[in-house]
Amino acid sequence: MSPDVACTPLHALHLRHGGRMVPFAGYAMPVQYPAGLLKEHLHTRAEAGLFDVSHMGQIRLTPRSGDVDDVARALETLLPIDVLGLKPGRQRYGLLLDASGGIRDDLMVAHCGDSLVLVVNAANKVADEAYLRAHLADACTVTVLARALVALQGPGAEAALTRLAPEVAAMRFMDVRMLGLLGASAIVTRSGYTGEDGFEISIPEDKAEALAEALLADPAVLPIGLGARDSLRLEAGLCLHGNDIDPGTDPVEAGLSWAIPRVRRRGGVRAGGFPGAARILSALEDGPSRKRVGLRPEGPTPVRAGAPLFADETGTAVGQVTSGGFGPSLQAPIAMGYLPAALAAPGTRVFAEVRGKRLAVAVAALPFVPAGFKRA
Amino acid sequence: MRKFTDEHEWLDCTGEVATVGITTHAAEQLGDLVFIELPKVGAKLTKGEAAAVVESVKAASDVYAPVSGEVIAVNEVAVTDPSSVGTDPQGAGWLYRIRLDDPASLDGLMDEAAYAEFAK
Repeated sequence: MSPDVACTPLHALHLRHGGRMVPFAGYAMPVQYPAGLLKEHLHTRAEAGLFDVSHMGQIRLTPRSGDVDDVARALETLLPIDVLGLKPGRQRYGLLLDASGGIRDDLMVAHCGDSLVLVVNAANKVADEAYLRAHLADACTVTVLARALVALQGPGAEAALTRLAPEVAAMRFMDVRMLGLLGASAIVTRSGYTGEDGFEISIPEDKAEALAEALLADPAVLPIGLGARDSLRLEAGLCLHGNDIDPGTDPVEAGLSWAIPRVRRRGGVRAGGFPGAARILSALEDGPSRKRVGLRPEGPTPVRAGAPLFADETGTAVGQVTSGGFGPSLQAPIAMGYLPAALAAPGTRVFAEVRGKRLAVAVAALPFVPAGFKRA
Repeated sequence: MRKFTDEHEWLDCTGEVATVGITTHAAEQLGDLVFIELPKVGAKLTKGEAAAVVESVKAASDVYAPVSGEVIAVNEVAVTDPSSVGTDPQGAGWLYRIRLDDPASLDGLMDEAAYAEFAK
């Protein structure tokens, strides 16, 4: 591993558990463990998987005024979502947009009572921090948290975490709790990136290994690498920034309009006021010219990111695959990509080019695998 | 006589026919295999060209022709059950058989001990 690659606080644990380490977003990360990607994926859907996501950025926004609403108002100038309406103890998905409405990054916003805590993508965290400082300095202090982040995902996640912190059983999807875990202060959210019920746990770096080992002591919990993290999120229809969304895509064509509530749309009391608002608000009313879609190849050949998409077997490309591979839970290849709106209805047959051959693929509804969130 | 290439393939040669597969080391590196594409019987392969494709959940990898020749058989079990290549890559998980254009083309390849050292 090259010397300019950083290690997460769980590096020794990954090695001890046989993780195969690869460089990812500047960190040495386990791509898989000895169980292998397929088993890790299926185990997470059946029981519970533990993921090190400490490479992601955790950024706390603390209001200078002492009033979190002041940070929320400032953050709404950067995000098209309802931050002011976010209640203490709740979390929400958000998008950082650029001036043309392109997606700089996607993130989670948690209301921690006295501050907001963002979780941003590893590859964008340095740029995000600078951007937030440049635009929010009047309203808040911007602090990058030196904490580990682990995700515990799967139908067995609640039982496994309840052994260490019984109070998490009362949490619902997208709840946030500050609680004591192994004598340390943890920020726990009931959310994740797999489509399963589960938690993300932010904890001081020096407690990360003890927490991870305590969770892995439960036979229902296996360590899971980045490989299965990617196949799980793809089956769940979740976007990967840099693949499925980027500054060249906007939230409407990406199928993320649900994140833009009525209050921020035309006619809403806090309509617009975010980067790219004119373009995005029009696109919300007019509909996008292209759409992110799910894709199911009709044959067994996986169709991967970068493959061009065609309306027929002879014409020129009309779209592109942005994520693709094999869905272990479906035992079939799956992909996502962009197609013109006229070709985006589920069931539409299009073609993807793989090694010079055009293969039939069907547009499919997302997610590929139903979500297992604990909403009630 | 089993020979190995620096592209992590093995060849078992009998007369002018060689059976070709990927090495155990390669299979471990690739991880769980989910799709395999083999050349057609009768295809003429040129050394160094992509002859087969093995795909894990994450990625597709070309398997290059280690020698030039004509494909005379392919392992259909590998296609219908790609995991068989992962579990026994140097046995039941062979990929195809090729009739060598030039049996002397095997001369520069590694023996098992040399490959074991190379793959370290």
